[in-house]
Amino acid sequence: MVTREAARTAPETALERELRRVAGAVPDPELPVVSLAELGVLRGVRVTYAPDGHRAVRVELTPTYTGCPAIGAMSDDVRRALREQGQSDVEVVTVLAPPWSTDDISEDGRRKLAEAGIAPPGPRGGGAVPLSLAIRCPHCGSTATELLSRFSSTACKALRRCTSCGEPFDHFKEL
Amino acid sequence: MSAALALGDDALVLSHRLGQWAGHAPVLEEEVALANIALDLLGQARVLLSLAGDEDELAFLREERAFRNVQLVEQPNGDFAHTIARQLYFSAYQLPLYRELAAGDGPFAPLAAKAAQEVDYHLDHARQWTLRLGDGTQESHARMQRACDALWRYTGELFRPVEGLGVDPSALEQGWLRSVGEVLERATLTLPDGPRSGGWAAGAGREGLHTESFGRMLAEMQHLHRSHPGASW
Repeated sequence: MVTREAARTAPETALERELRRVAGAVPDPELPVVSLAELGVLRGVRVTYAPDGHRAVRVELTPTYTGCPAIGAMSDDVRRALREQGQSDVEVVTVLAPPWSTDDISEDGRRKLAEAGIAPPGPRGGGAVPLSLAIRCPHCGSTATELLSRFSSTACKALRRCTSCGEPFDHFKEL
Repeated sequence: MSAALALGDDALVLSHRLGQWAGHAPVLEEEVALANIALDLLGQARVLLSLAGDEDELAFLREERAFRNVQLVEQPNGDFAHTIARQLYFSAYQLPLYRELAAGDGPFAPLAAKAAQEVDYHLDHARQWTLRLGDGTQESHARMQRACDALWRYTGELFRPVEGLGVDPSALEQGWLRSVGEVLERATLTLPDGPRSGGWAAGAGREGLHTESFGRMLAEMQHLHRSHPGASW
């Protein structure tokens, strides 16, 4: 289900903060070294109560790419994590606006990507305009790297090769 | 909602065409690139078709005449140059269209803002290949020119009005001609000069009239779903 806008939220309650922590700690299904919070795809958690006291939890995720196939697995994982925390009525919705960008990846997320051998994205330039910033090899640290393909193992990554150590590596491309 | 169908069908049909390269692309990197682009387009199609109704029913249970995609995107893959020319023509139209839609506040704005980021990469991919093929060997140059010429007559349809879109596609035409012309010139190719509108031009896909190969493509795309109604796995 896709809705237009992230719902407006009242100030976050203590329970919402706790559920956001639980949902945010869920690892990304394709890049399990980073959590959904670090990747910046968890937009919000909202708890509402029906007149009979029934509690419903609504989680908003935003996809890195419109067609990201991981969003289904992410939703399932978030639902499971919140059920284990004791929430029985959990709805996970996908929001598109404002669009996710690689600037939404946290500093911790960037560090963990690099440690896992994936060069983190640089600051956004102008979309697909060729970058002048050097991209560092996550294996040996050299900046002498070249682009093999703008498209790699997942939609969000490009394939590069280090001309110093010869290793190919994934680069989280700027979006 | 006819505009959602038009844009959704463009994305769905081109996605399926690109998916047909799986297992056939000239090099592995290109196989992955075309599949990635197909996946982006499929994601866009799912959002757009969901604005118009049930995405699965719309994709798998409509007859040929009910599809509203432009004829350009249904054209067969041909050789690699044809696929690249189709990508160049279409991405150079889709990117400014999505940017216009993203700047407005209509129902397509959120999707368009998201998808424009992706199409930026698609257009860049098509441009890079157009340069390599056009300014490559004699053989690649000849093939790329042939592909640009062959698909030219399908490009006029891109700029016809679409009901409910909120953007006038004809306003994008001059920019498209400049953008495509600039790439072709750098690639040492000649901008085709055949008709793009009028009696000799192709293009009534938005009215549901499609070219011969589209029926076969749909048969392939819909066959599994229609053979096992309601199946899930």
